[in-house]
Amino acid sequence: MNIPSRSGSVRIRVATVLAACIAVTSGGRAADPAPALPPLLPPAQLLQPLGESWPTYSGDYSGRRYSSLHQVDRSTVAHLSLAWTTRLNGEVRDGQARSPFAPPSDLITSVGGEGKGDYAIPPPAVKGAVLQVDGVLYVTSPDNAWALDARSGAEIWHYFWRTRGGTHIASRGPALWNSSLFFETPDDYLVSLDARTGHENWHVQIAEFADEYFSTMAPVVVGNHLLVGTGNDSDAPGLLQSFDPATGALQWRRYMVPMSAKDPALATWPSLDAARHGGGQVWMPGSYDPQTDLYITGTGNPTPGYTGVARKGDNLYTCSLVAVRVATGEIAWYYQTSPHDTHDWDSAQTPILFDGTIDGKPRKLVSTAARNGYFFTLDRVTGEHLTTYRFGTTANWSRGTRPNGQPDPNPDKSATIPGSLVSPFEGGVTNYQAAAFNPDTGLFYTHENTGFNILYLTDPDPRGSMGLGGKRFSIVGYTGNAFQAIDYRTGKAVWRHVWPGNGGTGTGVLTTATGLVFTGDTNGNFVAMDAADGRLLWHTGIGNISAPPETYALDGQQYVLASVGDTLYSFVLN
Amino acid sequence: MDHSAGWRRASPAGGIAVLLLATGAAPAASAQGAAPPAPAPPPGIFGQATFPGKQRPPGDPAVIARGEALFGINCKACHGGDLRGGDLGGPNLLRSALVLGDQGGEAIVPVVQKGRPGTQGGPPMPAFPLSLADAQALSEYIHSVVGRKQNQGGPPPEPPKPLNILVGDAGRGQQYFATHCRECHAADGDLKGIATRIPNPASLQDSWVAGRRTGAPGAGAQPAPRTGVSVTLNTGATVQGTLRHLDDFTVSLVTAQGEYRSFTRQGAQAVGAVEVQDPLQQHRNLLTRYSDQDMHDVTAYLATLK
Repeated sequence: MNIPSRSGSVRIRVATVLAACIAVTSGGRAADPAPALPPLLPPAQLLQPLGESWPTYSGDYSGRRYSSLHQVDRSTVAHLSLAWTTRLNGEVRDGQARSPFAPPSDLITSVGGEGKGDYAIPPPAVKGAVLQVDGVLYVTSPDNAWALDARSGAEIWHYFWRTRGGTHIASRGPALWNSSLFFETPDDYLVSLDARTGHENWHVQIAEFADEYFSTMAPVVVGNHLLVGTGNDSDAPGLLQSFDPATGALQWRRYMVPMSAKDPALATWPSLDAARHGGGQVWMPGSYDPQTDLYITGTGNPTPGYTGVARKGDNLYTCSLVAVRVATGEIAWYYQTSPHDTHDWDSAQTPILFDGTIDGKPRKLVSTAARNGYFFTLDRVTGEHLTTYRFGTTANWSRGTRPNGQPDPNPDKSATIPGSLVSPFEGGVTNYQAAAFNPDTGLFYTHENTGFNILYLTDPDPRGSMGLGGKRFSIVGYTGNAFQAIDYRTGKAVWRHVWPGNGGTGTGVLTTATGLVFTGDTNGNFVAMDAADGRLLWHTGIGNISAPPETYALDGQQYVLASVGDTLYSFVLN
Repeated sequence: MDHSAGWRRASPAGGIAVLLLATGAAPAASAQGAAPPAPAPPPGIFGQATFPGKQRPPGDPAVIARGEALFGINCKACHGGDLRGGDLGGPNLLRSALVLGDQGGEAIVPVVQKGRPGTQGGPPMPAFPLSLADAQALSEYIHSVVGRKQNQGGPPPEPPKPLNILVGDAGRGQQYFATHCRECHAADGDLKGIATRIPNPASLQDSWVAGRRTGAPGAGAQPAPRTGVSVTLNTGATVQGTLRHLDDFTVSLVTAQGEYRSFTRQGAQAVGAVEVQDPLQQHRNLLTRYSDQDMHDVTAYLATLK
């Protein structure tokens, strides 16, 4: 049921609301623009191979981040140079001249939101996808969305959301359906904009703000479903939801922990109370297999994060790959990559779908490199486990693998009172940074961050702690960062490039049909490497890359896009 | 981890006020006729302070104190003195959706006064014959505790619990030290009195494992050891100094004379070998070799060096 709150907005008790009862909280204008203009991106177009546009978080549904564009190749990449750079402007602009020397601007920020606009929010930073469709880039940062000219970087429109608060850690990007642009806000709204104007169509609350949810995920469009996840560090249940992209009406809701006594996964929890506070947030976009109609997503850590004493068991479906039927939200299969995690090592990374050969047989596969330092390949139709490999070379928290390939956690490497020496760091061997897969080389590309911390249990209460509390960690040494090209069949690195120096975390990856890999090193360089052997072919020192690189083509010219905080850089062959 | 550095105001002064029409959002304070609250301070790095449980204006201390007393009499046995659940099966109130969604007692008070069947497999909540004012005081007290929760869902801070981290065997630690550490360190040299300088055993452990400088007796604090580098030029000459930056493309250093120098590692003019002398390399190497027992033993030994 809907419970009107004192603020006048619609409150949605996520645990109890019925699907039919979601209400649109403002506006009510139709999602489609004036009929004279064709839709910018009919959803069926997302089934096409990745070409000149970059219409989704990963480019296409597979998550491979593999572009077929071929102007920039091993020999021409050395001539890549700056086409334009632009800095995102988060100021709310009203069209008035800002100084006597400047003309009035016709750019007026569209403003929405249920807050008062009195919170300090972080400066704009690109930490997710930038979409490129029909010569327009769509960019988000917490509480902000922009459209930019993909040829020049010039701002076309700006939308600002007045927040109620919440964790402003990132926005992982927007999604486009017909002519509607969607993004999530830290105070748990899904906002629909007219992609041509930046004017709001509607917004709906997608999670209970009072329960300390905060929403960062880039929504994913599949047909007439808009898949939406959210985040929480405070012992609330994780969930994936599907909304009608036209109206914002809820279609289904799938919790990633048992919410009723009937759920067979409850056998992996000591009690329903523990399960219902058990986390498993869905905060990164998943991948989609049109052949099976399965949406495959990673899930986050169980909670309380570091004190597992009151949630004994494997804690399904936290830290798992979960294949969800898009029509209904049912779970088709799951595979838990980190049973009973006690280190805040989400397995939320975007999985990669590809076809390959295992033992001489063609297989439909999914691979993921998890924050816990283990690489996995599964059959993506059935969830059958095929490969486990420890790609985090110093990861020391597992005492071996189970018969089904799951790393078995060593309880001594949880937080302990006298301290346990644990690798990797809290941030993991990798994290949200997008990996890539190149079908020509058959290699899976990911960063590897290694180091050790001492993890102390500061709250030995038998009830466990709450959220990410109850522990203290002390970083005691970096042991190096590298970039790996992994053979999906064995999990072993075919090549591994060690980044000189210590520190930094690397960034996401782009790979191309011309045999290139683009990524950021850990020292402020945007680099191109040979996908076959890791040879460095080009670099530019623009700073630490904050969003995974992308590429698109316009007017017969290929652009390579990178973001550093609030600044976008687009490179071409001049 | 994903850190966002730097915070700023949401907009130029007045920008939002001019542009925006109210959407009906009325914070509790202004709804009660009080002056609008001052702008919120910049939230912490994860912004948890901006969740509703921490956005409430502070309640009346006298009401909260009465609520606390009532909680002790009626609720503590089941819900725990810290509200985090108790032996009798009462749930943790600090993560209860009912509590977190409650605005002014409208959800909490009926449950207190009327009770309700057990939820989520727990025991039933009995009815308590409290007056409306007392039930609301309980609600105010519960909200005041929720308001003290820490970032990322952590419980309200409590005094540190006295935990014994000295579980290792000092004798074994001394042997380990003799085998692995004595090449660089001496118990009667640089480490003399280390347990006096760093009396907290956990800090002592953090420091020695990481190789942090702790200051020799009488020497005062010392700067952290610097990473050295030796660069071989095309001419065959070498330049040595303190490493400033190293990546695949450039290397830079400061020489003993204080001169900053940088060199390319790319193209025809690339320098030859770049050798890094990391003073902590041996500490890094040992990280992959210590067992936790080794670490605790050495800490127990070093704790004897007073």
